[in-house]
Amino acid sequence: MDIQVRVWRQSDPSDKGRMVTYDVKDISPDASFLEMLDVLNEKLILDGDDPIAFDHDCREGICGMCGMMINGVAHGPERATTTCQLHMRHFNDGDVIDVEPWRASAFPVVKDLVVNRGAFDRIIQAGGYITAPTGTAPDAHATPVPKPDADAAFEAATCIGCGACVAACPNGSSMLFTAAKVAHLGLLPQGQPERDSRVVDMLEAQDEEGFGGCTNMGECTTVCPKGIPLTLIGRLNNDYRKAMKKR
Amino acid sequence: MTESFWKDGDPIADTAAPDGPIETRWDRRKFSAKLVNPANRRKLSVIVVGTGLAGGSAAATLAEAGYKVRSYCYQDSPRRAHSIAAQGGINAAKNYRNDGDSIHRLFYDTVKGGDFRARESNVYRLAQVSVNIIDQCVAQGVPFAREYGGLLDNRSFGGTQVSRTFYARGQTGQQLLLGAYQAMERQIGLGNIEMFARHEMLELVIVDGKARGIVVRDMVTGEITTDLADAVVLASGGYGNVFFLSTNAKGCNVTASWRAHRKGALFANPCYTQIHPTCIPESGSHQSKLTLMSESLRNDGRVWVPKRREDCGKPAGDIAEGDRDYYLERIYPSFGNLVPRDIASRAAKNVCDEGRGVGPGGLGVYLDFADAISRLGRDAVEAKYGNLFEMYQRITGEDPYEVPMRIYPAVHYTMGGLWVDYDLQSTIPGLFVVGEANFSDHGANRLGASALMQGLADGYFVLPHTLANYLASGPYEKISPDHEEVVAARTQVEERIQKLLSINGDRTVDSFHRELGHIMWEYCGMERTEEGLTKAIGLIRGLREEFWTRVKVPGTGEQLNQNLEKAGRVADFLELGELMCIDALHRAESAGGHFRAESQTPDGEALRHDDEFSYVAAWEYGETPTLHKEKLDFEYVHPSTRSYK
Repeated sequence: MDIQVRVWRQSDPSDKGRMVTYDVKDISPDASFLEMLDVLNEKLILDGDDPIAFDHDCREGICGMCGMMINGVAHGPERATTTCQLHMRHFNDGDVIDVEPWRASAFPVVKDLVVNRGAFDRIIQAGGYITAPTGTAPDAHATPVPKPDADAAFEAATCIGCGACVAACPNGSSMLFTAAKVAHLGLLPQGQPERDSRVVDMLEAQDEEGFGGCTNMGECTTVCPKGIPLTLIGRLNNDYRKAMKKR
Repeated sequence: MTESFWKDGDPIADTAAPDGPIETRWDRRKFSAKLVNPANRRKLSVIVVGTGLAGGSAAATLAEAGYKVRSYCYQDSPRRAHSIAAQGGINAAKNYRNDGDSIHRLFYDTVKGGDFRARESNVYRLAQVSVNIIDQCVAQGVPFAREYGGLLDNRSFGGTQVSRTFYARGQTGQQLLLGAYQAMERQIGLGNIEMFARHEMLELVIVDGKARGIVVRDMVTGEITTDLADAVVLASGGYGNVFFLSTNAKGCNVTASWRAHRKGALFANPCYTQIHPTCIPESGSHQSKLTLMSESLRNDGRVWVPKRREDCGKPAGDIAEGDRDYYLERIYPSFGNLVPRDIASRAAKNVCDEGRGVGPGGLGVYLDFADAISRLGRDAVEAKYGNLFEMYQRITGEDPYEVPMRIYPAVHYTMGGLWVDYDLQSTIPGLFVVGEANFSDHGANRLGASALMQGLADGYFVLPHTLANYLASGPYEKISPDHEEVVAARTQVEERIQKLLSINGDRTVDSFHRELGHIMWEYCGMERTEEGLTKAIGLIRGLREEFWTRVKVPGTGEQLNQNLEKAGRVADFLELGELMCIDALHRAESAGGHFRAESQTPDGEALRHDDEFSYVAAWEYGETPTLHKEKLDFEYVHPSTRSYK
């Protein structure tokens, strides 16, 4: 199939940036979206042009490194799909496709489609963990965890930290990301001792990083490649209120 | 004539391993290790390269202990290391199923599964600490699968007959890595770890014979800097991407290990590549990587191909039960579909070579869940494997609940790596190597669910003790960034980058990488011959020469330049590929994933030659590589023919 892509090109953070149009001919419908960009880049290199920079690594939908706006939608048109797992069979011959980086002030553009998501790591640093130094843990069977709790914790833990939620949110909020981590750890008995401080510290860190506030738009959950539900944000808000009351 | 490809060197030995009863070796080693006073630890610094299960857990644990850690990864966040993609599970000798499991049995299975090419002492220690790994991860909040009673669930995996694998749906790697990453981020927050994401190690700094630092490139600004410390830990993963198409993440590379090898660290068993039997078959020439389907699928999926070649083009549903060949169950009745990876991979290749493969190009076999769905119900199958089925459908456009999956073997994991002793120290003092980057625990074949175990064992439980023993002799003399060795290492990096950028030829980096991959898969893949390997060495030498005259790397070094990054890595793969072929050539036996066509039993099974090849092949870098042999002794698990029939 033949398509046309209009790609955001920005050589570095100080560059203003612009959309540039490229024709991609004879691409297999079985190719992934990133493989289509690979093919385009091979051509750009041989033509003496600067290839398009984009983040990617595992190409199995799990590392969370890839991500771009495709026709204005984070990770593109398929629900619950990362960009690396989006295949060209979902597009039509002759389509014109817009490709842009995540747009959020907390995720500055590094080059072309590459953005800096270091703010997510700093939110985790503020409290997204259980303090459990190595080598002294009790036997794993010492604390039974009811299966429904374990399953719910797992569902929340599937967040891959790709940042699509932030990119899709009109406010540039990272609430879904933070809520997933708070729920994952808060649903387990091991996570209880730090439950209050965790939610308060993570929310503070989130504000400091310049993410916007959550107004329950729900765009985040719509584009989330792992289907993290909006209800977790409600859970986070509850945890936060309880924690603040105890202060 | 093949002799001219290498030279024989002196034998080597692992002098760090205690002797005596195997059950007490690790405890005795820990007790004999020197300690560092807590107040002195903050004066000691360690560089950790790589943030996967091995590097992340090592950095977190060393920082908890009070050492100053500086950690590097090429990704944008330490959480993205490729350990994250491991699906199936992690083994531990907990015997929670009361099915006769024990540390000794896990040890036995692993030594046997590795085709008697691993060290007994290391493997025993691995089995021992496996028990603590699960405790540690549960304490961190890793959401392992649970039974209704609230206790941990288990499943079985290829190559074993007990259920000792702990899992978190099909995302065990991600969950374990998040545990290590969160422990690491906590230490970053506390100021005990300084983290450098989007930085790549391009050279090792050795001063007075000791590893004292690394040269790194900031992948965003292009700045080349040197970092100096008391010790260096490489946790940089495997090198399966030498094949271009593999299940590895695109960025996985050998550069950190290879640079250390060129500086004197021995590289052990480079030809030991694991070919994983359950990958989604290749779909076309655009393909950039292969995707693994968890081996756990073989617990319930049945593998088959049509009995007759003429049926191969028909839809699976049109082939009558009596016309199907469930070849694993037929040839290996006691293990059936759960035979180890090397056996399952070769069996798939054999039926496809007979012309009975299915799907495009005849390179595929069916993995069929029809029986499981009728026995357990669709919901139960979905609960167990739902995300894997979804992933398969996404990639292939086929619904595995309706039609059988198609799978084919692909390059997955590398058992070879930098040579280390029992302390995980390489042949360069102060350079420690953990996880997939070292060679030590898996022998010629790795059993399922043991890579995660080894990564975490090394990082959480082994290295922190053995590295402390080394650091106890420090702090080592302070090195100035102007020291001639440091300047020389940095200059080497700068010159290499300038060279890559200046060639300005007419071929892309990827085109060289693909061509190298074809050579490696054809001649150094699942089946190897003396003739093919000799030919491959010549081809690789020619390709390498062409690379350095015709490669085109656009842009400059002072910016984010993904092609420059790739070019450096492919340049190293072009050197490693040759060593892999030389190693495969010299080992005239079949062992694990390494099948030498000249060495097989009358019924086509792999034939080892324990009398000649019961050793680790450790290579010293040079114009002509030098082979040092480390003899392997088996006191507890006596080498026998591996039979899964």
